[in-house]
Amino acid sequence: MPRPKRPGEAQDVGAFPPAEAGITVVDWIDERTSLSPGIRWMLFRKVPKGINWAYTLGSATLFAFLAQAVTGVFLAMYYRPDAAGGAYESIRYITDDAFLGQFVRGMHKWGASVMIILIFLHMARVFFYGAYKYPRELTWIIGVVLLILTLVMGFTGYLLPFDQRAYWATIVGVNINGTGPFVGPFLSDFLRAGPEFGATTLSRFYAIHMLLVPGAIGALIGAHLYLVSKLGITAPPWLKAEPEPELLEHSEV
Amino acid sequence: MNQAQKEQYLREYSILKSQGKPFFPYAVAKDSIMAMIVILVIIFLALMFGAEIAPKADPTTTTYVPRPDWYYFFLFEVLRVMKNVPKFTPMATIGVPTICMILLFLLPFYDRSPERRIERRPIALAAGITTIAAMAFLTYSGANTGSPNSVDLQPPSSLSASQAQMFRAGELVVGESGCLACHVIGDNGNNGPGPVLTHIGSKLPSQAIASTLRNPTPPMPSFRNLAAQSPQKFQQLVGFLSELQ
Ligand code: HEC
Ligand code: HEM
Repeated sequence: MPRPKRPGEAQDVGAFPPAEAGITVVDWIDERTSLSPGIRWMLFRKVPKGINWAYTLGSATLFAFLAQAVTGVFLAMYYRPDAAGGAYESIRYITDDAFLGQFVRGMHKWGASVMIILIFLHMARVFFYGAYKYPRELTWIIGVVLLILTLVMGFTGYLLPFDQRAYWATIVGVNINGTGPFVGPFLSDFLRAGPEFGATTLSRFYAIHMLLVPGAIGALIGAHLYLVSKLGITAPPWLKAEPEPELLEHSEV
Repeated sequence: MNQAQKEQYLREYSILKSQGKPFFPYAVAKDSIMAMIVILVIIFLALMFGAEIAPKADPTTTTYVPRPDWYYFFLFEVLRVMKNVPKFTPMATIGVPTICMILLFLLPFYDRSPERRIERRPIALAAGITTIAAMAFLTYSGANTGSPNSVDLQPPSSLSASQAQMFRAGELVVGESGCLACHVIGDNGNNGPGPVLTHIGSKLPSQAIASTLRNPTPPMPSFRNLAAQSPQKFQQLVGFLSELQ
């Protein structure tokens, strides 16, 4: 008896030949999610002519963020946010004993600098190309939030090794926050988890660094990229739009 | 941009876009090459410079001049310059960055001209170059000066050469010990939770200062370890403080 037709099914695939198993899985998922139009929309949208290497800086920032996420997960497998000595000991273990530990820590540490450089370069490209103007104002605003959050990552991550450098630099940093007008004292109390720089300060910084801010960055990158695809990437500002000749002929009629 | 300019832009953009190429594979190819370069640079830096670890954090040891990561140097430099005007320190530390951030946020709203070519946007060009130059300069000078934790007071002229030397050495110990996180000395430091130390020498005799450092009232940390481990530094610290008349 022939199988009844399923919704979304184009033609009869027969009895699942093995060569089409992959396709079938994709179809199975697509039948339930209808994702493929979205993916097609994202991948096959057109980018204007004249796109150059400066346009890769945004995706390079994204890639640096992903690299931070991956190396960060590996560090989190060993790291303990324990101010009594566990934190320092776990970092020492990662650096000296764990297999490739120093390499992964080095990638995370230098990756942070690379990401900051890339985000500033990307911002400079957007600025000098006037790409923040109508209709991309909101993309720019989300970008500024991403910039601030990326700097927050740098600040909160700096304390985590809990060595002398981390400790004293962070005390200074938190106190700088404390000098701010109005919200300053509340902000530094929030960061310290109380009036004193103590044991809970470290776990608070850790939670901010590996859950709160990366989650927010991930979500905002999603919004940023949605807007980029929806509005289209700007053409280089020096290009003049020349209508296709046949369009001109039509419009003159 | 008024409505006509907006529509004009959208029209021109849709022409340029329709003459373009699909994102996949053309833009994706470039992006992937760039991603390879990024990961290679990160791996290269990790292999060349690794990640070091400083001595364990110790709130009572006093031999560390804190430095932030390089991308905060500019902020520390702003702080160092502005702290010479103590009334404006909050302005410098939070105010200046906040104002810059607000200016950045609102950029699309006060720069409303339809022009996008940078050579025809003289104000934007000048502002952009000035910002980049200022950031580079502040980062550079932040990298080359002491931490904002250090004190820069001139030794009183009444001091002999060796006393002045001790004064300088004591300043350094104060910087390393993080006293300024809680105390103001001269133009430097945070006002609170500790009292201002600018004239501490005329309030407390040097023995009293030394015993405060050994047995302070919390939250001030004890510097007993410093006295035990490097008596000379402790001496310089007390000597410096008692010269603050
Ligand atoms: C965590 C914050 C903190 C740090 C760091 C700190 N202090 Fe204090 N200090 C305080 C507080 C709070 C008091 C007031 C204690 C009290 O109520 O008696 C104080 C009091 C003092 C006093 C007595 C002042 C007086 O008028 O009686 C001296 C002297 C002093 N500190 C010197 C230093 C020096 C020198 C350093 C660095 C080596 C330092 N402090 C580091 C918080 C701190
Ligand atoms: C985590 C940080 C960021 C990521 C991952 C990211 C990613 C991207 C990507 C992939 C694009 C596509 C075009 C391109 O690559 O140039 C883009 C465009 C854009 N970005 Fe970002 N970005 C980030 C931060 C920022 C910042 C800090 C700003 C500015 C303040 C910004 C403003 C913009 C704008 C206005 C566009 C549209 C440009 C155009 O259409 O030509 N972004 N972003």
